[in-house]
Order: sequence, then C-alpha cells, then structure tokens
Amino acid sequence: MTRSPNLRRYLDHPFWQALGLLVLAYLVIVYGVPLLPGSSLVPSSVVLQYMVTVLVGVLIYVSDNDERWALFKQPLVAMLVEQRLRLVRILVLAVVTLLVGWVTFGQVRTTVAAPPNLRSIHPAPPAEVTFRGKTMTLTGLENPLRQQPESLAAFTAYGKEIYYQNCLPCHGDHLDGLGHFAAGFNPLPANFQDNGTIAQLTESFVFWRVAKGGPGLPREGTPWNSAMPRWEDFLTERQIWAVILFLYDQTGWKPRTWEKAEGGAK
Amino acid sequence: MADGLFFLTAAAADSVRAYGEFPIIGARAAVWIAAEVHLMFAAFVLGVPMFAVVAEAIGIFGKEARYDRLAKEFTRLLLVAYSATAIWGAILVFFLATLYPRFWAYLTAVFAASMWVYAGLFFFESFTLYLYYYGWDRWKYGRAKLVHWTLGILLNVWGTIVMLIANSWLTYMMTPPRDITSTTDPSSIKLWHAIANATWMPINVHRLIANVVFGGAIVAAYASYRFLAAQNDEERAHYDWMGYVGNFIAISALIVLPFAGYWLGREVYQYDQSMGITMMGGFMSWLWVIQAFLIAVLFLAGNYYLWIGMGRIPGAERFRPYIKYLLTVLVLGAIVWGTPHTMIADSKELAAMGGSHHPLLGALGVMSAKNTAVNLMILTTFLSFLMYRRGNKELVVPWAETGTRIQTAMFVIAAGIVLFYGIRGYFVEAIVRIGFSVYQVLAVLSCILFVTVIDVLMARGAKSVGEIQWGKMPPRSQYALFILAVTFTWLMGLMGFARSGIRQYWHVWQVMEDTSKYAATPALGYASQMISLCVLIFLGLVAFVFWLGGLAEKSTFVSSGEGGGRHVGH
Repeated sequence: MTRSPNLRRYLDHPFWQALGLLVLAYLVIVYGVPLLPGSSLVPSSVVLQYMVTVLVGVLIYVSDNDERWALFKQPLVAMLVEQRLRLVRILVLAVVTLLVGWVTFGQVRTTVAAPPNLRSIHPAPPAEVTFRGKTMTLTGLENPLRQQPESLAAFTAYGKEIYYQNCLPCHGDHLDGLGHFAAGFNPLPANFQDNGTIAQLTESFVFWRVAKGGPGLPREGTPWNSAMPRWEDFLTERQIWAVILFLYDQTGWKPRTWEKAEGGAK
Repeated sequence: MADGLFFLTAAAADSVRAYGEFPIIGARAAVWIAAEVHLMFAAFVLGVPMFAVVAEAIGIFGKEARYDRLAKEFTRLLLVAYSATAIWGAILVFFLATLYPRFWAYLTAVFAASMWVYAGLFFFESFTLYLYYYGWDRWKYGRAKLVHWTLGILLNVWGTIVMLIANSWLTYMMTPPRDITSTTDPSSIKLWHAIANATWMPINVHRLIANVVFGGAIVAAYASYRFLAAQNDEERAHYDWMGYVGNFIAISALIVLPFAGYWLGREVYQYDQSMGITMMGGFMSWLWVIQAFLIAVLFLAGNYYLWIGMGRIPGAERFRPYIKYLLTVLVLGAIVWGTPHTMIADSKELAAMGGSHHPLLGALGVMSAKNTAVNLMILTTFLSFLMYRRGNKELVVPWAETGTRIQTAMFVIAAGIVLFYGIRGYFVEAIVRIGFSVYQVLAVLSCILFVTVIDVLMARGAKSVGEIQWGKMPPRSQYALFILAVTFTWLMGLMGFARSGIRQYWHVWQVMEDTSKYAATPALGYASQMISLCVLIFLGLVAFVFWLGGLAEKSTFVSSGEGGGRHVGH
C-alpha cells in the first residue's frame, strides 16, 4: 500500500506528528492500558500526569532544532494570520474558549461524588506498642513461633484455623481480599497475594496492623478508611503470630527481614 | 480533678515564654520562610566558591585567561549574595530567639561553643571573600596569583566548616543520640556527642554536592539572563559559554546526588524505622511523587539544552537522528518514575481498581521500576553529553572505530544490568531487592567512568570540523536554564520540608516536644504553597541582587579586541 502524497505531507510535518502523538498517547493510556490482561481503568489523575509528560516530550521533540521548530509553528501562524483560514481561526478560537469554559465549569460545579482520595497505604508503625498491657518493641521484633522450627507446621495449621474462623469473610478464601463481605468495603480489604502488601513488610509490622486494626492507625495520613477491628480484643498474641505464619506460608511470600543494625541504630 | 488542675496550671506555667507569636502569618511560617530563604542563599554562597576556585585553577595551570575571568564573575555574584545570606541568617536567629525561646535556649545549651566558633568562622569567611574578590586584579601574576588562589581555597574551607557546624544543629534535632532523653540536662551533653549524630555525615555529603548543583544552576540562570539582555554578539558568546559551564557543573554533580540522598535515607531508616516509613511510605510519600516529576523536568530540560546546543556545533548534525530515541527513553523513564504506588482516585475509580493500587500500573510504583527508570535516564543524559562533546570532532586515532564499539558495548551492558536487576527485583524478597540498587548504580557509574576515559583517549589529536559558534543559541534554550534553576530551588525547599517534617510534633525527636499551637505537621497543600512562596522570595531577591551587581560594576566580559571574546572549547 502506498501513501498518497497528501497523507505523506501530513505525516512528515512536525505539527501533525505532534498532534498525532498526543492523540495516540491518549488512546493508549485511556483505552489501551485497561485492555491489558489483569489491568483496569487508569485514574484521571494519572492520565493527566502521563499526558503532561508526553506533551512536554512532544514539545521538546518539535523544538530541539531550529528547522523543525519553524516548520512546527507554520500551521499555527498561518491559522492565526492568513485571510483564507479565517473560518478555521474563528472555529479554533471558539473551541478553545468553550474548552476553557467547560474545564472551569467542571472545577466549580457541585457534585455528590466523594472527593478524590489521597490515602497512603504504608502507615508508619510506632517504635513500641502495648498489647493487652504488655509493652512490645516492634523494631527488630521477630515472630517468636519461628524459633521452634519443629512445630512450625503445627503453628501454621493453627494459624489457618484462626484465619478461617476470623479473617475469611473479608480477606477471602484465596487471601486476595475478595471475601464475601469485600464488596461492602471501599477500599477493598488487603490482598495478601499482591506483592505490594505483606511481601513488603516485616512480621512485626503485620502483627501491629492485625493487633491494632483500623482504630490503631496513626493520626498522620488520615483518613485511613480501614474497617478492620482491633484483633487484640479477640485473639491472643500467640494466635496472631500463628495467623501471620499462615499468611506467609499460604501466599509463598517471605517476610521482610531486619537489616543488621550498626552503631546508632535503635 | 485537683490533679488535673495542677497539671494544667503547671503546663501553662511551663509554656509561658516557651513560644512567641508573629503577626498575620504566625510563628511557624515566619521561621519557615527565614530558614528556607537563608538556606537557599547559603547553598549558593557555598556552592559557587567551589567551582570558582576550580575555574581559577584551570586559568592558572591551563593558562586559559577566560577561565580566570569566569571565576571572577562567579565571585562577583557571590559577593552580592553573601550579605543577603547574612541578613537572612540574622533574621532566622532573631525569629528563633523571640518566637521559640525555650527551644532556642535548649539548642544554645547544647551547642553554645559551636555557635561561637561558627560566628568566628563567619568573620574569617567574610574577610577572605573580600580579599579574594578585591585582590583579584592586584594579585594577578606569578606567586601573588598562587597566594590569591590559596585565598579561594581558604574561602571554601571556612565555608565548609560553617556548613558542617550548622548541619550538626539540624541533624541533632532529627536524630539525637539514643542515650539523650527528655530528662537529660542539655548542659550535660558532650558537644561532640551531639554533633556526631546518625545523620550528620550523610547530610554533610548530600548538602556539599547539592550546593554545587544549586550554585551551578543559579549561575547558569544568571548567564542566561545576561545572554538574553546582551547588546552584541561577543557578549552573547561569553554568556552562552558561561551558561553552558554552569549547566555542565549542575548536571554533572546532579548525577551523583541521588546516591548521597540514598545514604541519608538509609541512615534515617536505621535510626528510626517509623521516621523512615513516614518519609518514604507514609504521608510524606506524596512529596516523592512530586520530586520524581521535578527531577524528570531536570533531566528533560538539561538534555534539551544540550540538544539545542548541538545546533551551534558544526558536525553535530550527524547525531541529530538519534535524539528522538534518547527523548523516548527519557519520556518513558519520566512516566515510570512519576507513577504513584497509591493513586489519587475518586470513589468510582477506586471501586474499579479494587483499591488505590492499580492492578497493572501499580507495578511501576515500586522501587525496582523507579531505580531502573532513573538509572536509564542518567545513562541517556550521559550519552547526550558524549554526542555533544564529540559534535565537532573528527577522531584520528587508528582505533577510533574499535573504541566506539567498546563504548557502545559498555552502554548496552550497563543498560542490560540495570534492566535485569530491575525486573529481577519483582521476584525476590525486599531485603535482597534493596541490595540490587547498588549493582544498578555501580553499573551506571562504571559505564560513565570507563566510557569517559576511552573518550578522552580517543579525542587525542582529533581534528576540528569547525569551532563551536558560541552565542548562536535560540532564546528558548536559555529558558531551559531558567527552568533548571527554578526546579532546583523548588526541589530543595520540597525535600527540605520532607526531611524536617518527619520530626512531626518534636523540636528534637523524642527529646523535646513541640507544644505550640503549630505542633501539627502541616498539610501537603499548605506546605507546597509555603515552599513556592520561599522560592519566589529567593528568586525575586536573587534577581534584584544580580541587577544591583550589574549596576555597580560592568561585567568581566572582555571584548575580542582585548583578546578573549571568542570561546571555542568545551
């Protein structure tokens, strides 16, 4: 298939190349990415961020040498000054004005939707916690059940029992956060299969989160929107450590380990 | 009840004279502005002498007079900025003493002796600077010139020690030694024990490098302003060259800055895990998304300046076709680096994604992806610079082709290592993944080092295709230098807030609590506005100071009639 000379003229022109690249990038980000396996829609804040980056790249491309820059500006200048393009000029100016008006309207109109959520998912743990009156230092704390390797299988089985009695409704049979109550929560319960949750954390961090639940989250970074109860009110220390063993065993993740502390470390 | 009343009364008595109030903007904002603007000026007056003294040395030992003139022009900027630094330093001290008197009393109790030394060194520094600048033309030749150069070195020595002392105060606030508690009598704390705290040395190194970056960027912005205002071609050529040198210094030092920052972050984690998580994964983590975006701007603007600059180098047009590929890597790198792990989304989007973590793009939000992106961006920037450097050279050594192939192989291997460990990082546990970043960095640094050595050897006796036509730069290239200076300044304020903000409601972490009404860590939106205000104040004052400098004295530019208007080297 040969390109018509007219089409070729457009394809070789930096202005139309720039416009084409922007449209293509938008289509890929908004419609292409969600089609990929395991993907979902891209939030508008990220679309904006990506498009600004692409726009900067495109502007650099068209202006990094004088010839291309002059060519790029040609249609813009022509549209703004040439008599034959009067109709196009009026149309473009009208569209730009309407677009600005539309964006402004979008910013000021009232809506019933909840505002965008600026939530950090890694709360900073305290240095120490009190568990049923007992003070525990979290830094450097290891799962005590791992000290008894001969009983590890039994502890894991015990943890599984605890999990199915208490955690299953929210975190699900597959530990993927899709239990039968999950649809009622926003955000969804934590997905332990994801490499962004327990795979990134030490067991002491997981212990703290399980023990203190939503109410025990730090004040900084609120709102946390966590419906998880304080499990220290229902489970013993040993039961929580056992369920943590089960979580890592079942998902195949290894808990984050502590670095060897040097002088000055806490 | 009686007990409660007693404690309330005690607390009230305790808080009397603990804090002062500042009209309209409040005490915290007042101290914030004073500290930030002082720091920005201080960074400038510490960074510039470093390369002024190097430029003077090139002038002396390389017998290149234009470098000597450049060093003098750097120093002239320094002179006018120096008094601004002192004024803002004084404002900061007065604000601290009147608005946070109890905290100030604590700090002076611990650090009194170092404050006296600081004042003494400041005195020496000032007079060394005056001698250095005003003696420039008097001690111009022979041994006197070497003595003059020694003054420049001394200026750096005083300035660096001043910085080290001030750094000890602020790092003590962040990471006081663990044996110091809220009940420790401050006057009983050994001075060196307080100075040599966990983050003191990482901050010293980080700031030392950052000052060079910052100084280079501000000098480049000054040169671009003079370029745009130039009256003739010779003046334009001089300031074009000066802008190039400033930008070169800034970008070169920038390349090693992330490694120093990484060390600092590591020390913060080592000292206190919760402080580290607040900084990188907690509510401060949003600042790192902004930081990623701003650093991407730096990379893009720095490369853009080099690419446009190739237009003034005869022979460089042969490299032009490659630029679009380099740009593609940089844009993709910027996209990956800026992708947040936890995304800002409305309730519908959250429901569709199943949380604030995107099931696919979320993979780009973790350190494996980000380290890979930034290392590839550094390699790309280095490649841009190599092409720029080789622009007007025709290599004559017989092994030029082989050398270029080896260089290419080194780039490919380094990029391969970076990609390999980046991808492998997804399949190993966190503690192993952290170690991978070291291999990536080593691959990039080794590539930069060995490729540079080969390039220098290959360029021996190279034929020139034509001289660089300094001054033949379109105005838009100069705006790239402005963008660099503004972005560096903004970044400094932003990351300074992150470092300082992780103390949360403590003046001195877990030793002295902030009980003022400003104890809460400010919201990120408010912090961004404050940082922007500080940047505006600083840049406004810098513009004024430079304008004043131009009024007081003509530039050190010398026309070609006096034998130096044209600059042909790199």
